[in-house]
Amino acid sequence: MDFAADFAGIFLGGLAAGTVLFIVSVGLSVTMGLMGFVNLAHGAFAMFGGYVIVLAMNRAHFGFAAALAVGFVATAALSVLLERLLYRRLYRAGELDQVLFTIGLIFIFIAGITIVVGPEGQTLELPPALGGQLNLGFMQYRTYSIFLIVVGFLIVIGIWLVFERTRIGAQIRATVDNRRMAESLGINVDRLFTITFAFGSGMAAIGGGLGAEFLGLDPQYALKYLVYFLIAVSVGGLGSVVGVYYASLLIGVLDFTLKLYLPKGGTIFIYALTILLLLWRPQGLLGRKET
Amino acid sequence: MNVAASPARPAVATPLDHPAARVLIGRHRLRWWETLPWLAAVGLYFAFPAYLGFGTELLVAILFALALDLALGYAGIITLGHAAFFGTGAYTVGLLAFWGIWTEPISSLVLAGVAAGVVGLLSGLVLLRTRGLTLLMLTICTMALLEQAANMAHDYTGGFDGLPSLPIAPVFGVFEFSPLYDNTQYVYALIVLLICFLLVRTLVYSPFGQSLTGIRENLLRMHAVGSPVRRRLVICYTISAALAGIAGGLWAQTNAYVNLSTFDLDRAATVLIVLILGGYGRLYGAFVGAVAYLALEHFLARIYPTAWQLGLGLLLVLIALFARNGILGLGEALWRRYGGKRAAS
Amino acid sequence: MSKRLVVAIAALAITASGAMAQEVKVGVVLPYTGIGAELAQQIDRGMEIYLKLHANEIKPYTFKFIKRDSKAPNGAEAKVAVQELLTQDKVDALAGFVYSPDAIASAPLIAAGKKLAVIMNAGTAFITNLAPEFVRTSFTMWQSGYTMGVAAAKDLHAKTAVVAYTDYPPGKDSLEAFKTAFEANGGKVIDTIPAGGPGAVPDFTPFFQRAKDEHPDVLYIFVPAGDHATAAAKTYAALGMRAAGIKLIGPGDITQDIKLQGMGAAAVGLITMHHYNADLNNPENKRFVAAWKKAYGADSTPDFMAVGGYDGMAAIAHAVKATKGKMDGAEAVKSLEGWKFNSPQGPIMIDPQTRDIVMNEYLDEVVLGPDKKLHQKVIGQTDHVKDECKELGIGRCAAKK
Repeated sequence: MDFAADFAGIFLGGLAAGTVLFIVSVGLSVTMGLMGFVNLAHGAFAMFGGYVIVLAMNRAHFGFAAALAVGFVATAALSVLLERLLYRRLYRAGELDQVLFTIGLIFIFIAGITIVVGPEGQTLELPPALGGQLNLGFMQYRTYSIFLIVVGFLIVIGIWLVFERTRIGAQIRATVDNRRMAESLGINVDRLFTITFAFGSGMAAIGGGLGAEFLGLDPQYALKYLVYFLIAVSVGGLGSVVGVYYASLLIGVLDFTLKLYLPKGGTIFIYALTILLLLWRPQGLLGRKET
Repeated sequence: MNVAASPARPAVATPLDHPAARVLIGRHRLRWWETLPWLAAVGLYFAFPAYLGFGTELLVAILFALALDLALGYAGIITLGHAAFFGTGAYTVGLLAFWGIWTEPISSLVLAGVAAGVVGLLSGLVLLRTRGLTLLMLTICTMALLEQAANMAHDYTGGFDGLPSLPIAPVFGVFEFSPLYDNTQYVYALIVLLICFLLVRTLVYSPFGQSLTGIRENLLRMHAVGSPVRRRLVICYTISAALAGIAGGLWAQTNAYVNLSTFDLDRAATVLIVLILGGYGRLYGAFVGAVAYLALEHFLARIYPTAWQLGLGLLLVLIALFARNGILGLGEALWRRYGGKRAAS
Repeated sequence: MSKRLVVAIAALAITASGAMAQEVKVGVVLPYTGIGAELAQQIDRGMEIYLKLHANEIKPYTFKFIKRDSKAPNGAEAKVAVQELLTQDKVDALAGFVYSPDAIASAPLIAAGKKLAVIMNAGTAFITNLAPEFVRTSFTMWQSGYTMGVAAAKDLHAKTAVVAYTDYPPGKDSLEAFKTAFEANGGKVIDTIPAGGPGAVPDFTPFFQRAKDEHPDVLYIFVPAGDHATAAAKTYAALGMRAAGIKLIGPGDITQDIKLQGMGAAAVGLITMHHYNADLNNPENKRFVAAWKKAYGADSTPDFMAVGGYDGMAAIAHAVKATKGKMDGAEAVKSLEGWKFNSPQGPIMIDPQTRDIVMNEYLDEVVLGPDKKLHQKVIGQTDHVKDECKELGIGRCAAKK
């Protein structure tokens, strides 16, 4: 294999790893940035969605795309329910009360999934078209990785268009910038929160389903990847969708490269990278400076 | 400490019979109910001798939560990486004992505190420039780096499997730790907790402690009155780290064991939950939270080994929804509502 | 004291008359929650099936399980559970122990409590040295790793190997065992790659990409069963490593029966070394698997965890009969030294010196059966495999000081 193909292989591998991180984390960034709500249960929504998707495929024999749609809708619906009934009461509470609440929620999700589905891990079988290797002309690469990279790119473009080009996007940006001002201008912030929360949770569900090929899916999912999601959000900058995208890809590619050439370093790279990036830009890559 | 030079101190003495002044002067005095937790702890020793193993775990958890309270509750440093110091303390004791260098328990605990304090000081100097989510992530990542370092040095640390059967010398050369019955461990842990508690209590009611609360409540004003904010935060973080290190050392001694789990996020998250659940920034939150959380977890898990997390999750959600500032916060609110009239009069 | 004597005399009287059932209390310490919850379920079920299939033999004794959750593998949770089982519940025997830290941290208590403790999974080799009451019916990482090292050189004719392993003790043990045997038989390990930790599943692509670029004859991997193994097999397939002439081999942990179907076509051709797979063709196993499917559904299957539980329960039952229900720790252990049993995995024995299991190791290849499901075909067999770590006296496995 020549140097160019080596390089492309590393780059694609890193992008794919970063994209998984992005898809699951993007919703968290939006909800934390918009509402200032520390929603540690985000991973639990990703897990719930992942389970809906896997069960829809394995037990109800849905297709991959249909199952993803079902997962998105089911998770978004559940999150609306929880937001209206519970989250809402804690918007004005301190962040530590929010931590307590969302950790409690994680425990309930873990126990619930264990009781209803069982403690065993679930496996998601991809449609044959996404398995194997894809010929890129100059090299072969894992089809699913390419698929993920493309999907991640489409998602970030889609969200960006919504944010920049639609009325609701403008309202969201206004609310992130200055919530009181937005409220006094007549923006229905309550409704905005619900919509954003539902969308963020739905995206988490998609991430849970798409990422299952790499991350697996079992009741501990809600907790064991939480740190990675938080890393992506904090390095990207709270509330910044594009920032999370860049951060995920940057961490993905750097971590991948370092692991390939210095495997003895184990898992220290992702933490060391995060520390360096955060000391360099404490507010995140595209975050706003704290006032 | 340059307390006397602190400009925060009023230049002119206020009349001491002013009600507010009386509250301030009297607030550090011991109140009758403050003996209750200690009486309860002594009572447990005699009433439930078969539960002392669990009781010892509980005491260690209280000490760890107390250490965190100093940083989080009083100085407002939100950290999810305090196991970094717990682990440093635990490994200090563990490495010294396992490799036959030093097994005397009390001096080992002091060394554990010093080692963790040094780590706290060094990391505090770098990390405490940041706040909020950034600080939270930096503390997690620092802890994870230490955990990885311990894993890579597995020839010395035993890694995930840990260092087995640590030889711990008898306390004062007399009181030996028995593996099957934790009587000695329990009393030893209780005395260590009492000493550390008195230290923390004195500290938070000192002018230094008051300035920490000031930093937590209004950072800008503390800057404005010329308080050396950064230095105070770093000192507080260091002391908190040292106490967490003592808790870790205590854990290693009473279990005669140490492994990577002393560094892990699980432990850091649990102590944070314990403290929030009990109520942070009020000394006894650590006690209430640890007892409520760990006892519920322990006994639920005995009844429902596979599904106890459901009950625990419900407790956390309910407390978060219906109480502000944990169980003690709820208690205070109820007191004010129903029993407060007498107190106010 | 006198109370215990009375109980003992009563127990003796009951056994002598054989009329009434005597209850034996077994404390079961397993991670019923957390990342090990699935393993706990397998072991639990393995124990249950043993009791079901041998209901007549265990008479007049009945077994009462007191289950305790060992939660996260930090040692302390298991230690408190063991302490309370010994001092409060006064159990006759202890069983379980999925994670090595749980067994290691509990060792001083078990030595002090003097009750038989059967390890049904924890695979760190030196554990049985820590307390004379430990008897292991599962395996050590050396048994599969060492045998695979020999087989890779002799049967698969590999000259070079790369080892990728999850960076925790079982992974390191497996690496050490494979390397020792492979290099003693003329092979050469050209690279060792620590591939992430046991907590979260890493992306295996960079590690396998590195291995692929080094062109070894075989890639030996140790990763925990479950999500790790599935992800590893999929990555191996997706990187086209087989086409590049690199065989994927490993201990049978990576082809755990309950995970096999989920690995899909990616797993076909994988070659592993293990003491059990659900497809083993012997009457005991047929009976075991049939009873399992009847109890837990046609889609469920036992695996090596379940067999660890099954054999461990058989060991406890044997000790109970041998000690006439008294279950004195030293006597119970003595009755198991050299004990032989016809297990679903084939004939097994407890080594009288190390109290570790001695068993057959099978070289298995994953094949696609006519039923469109994945199966494991035995292509080689090594009989009476001992724990080589203790045989060779490596590191902490060396005899006690």
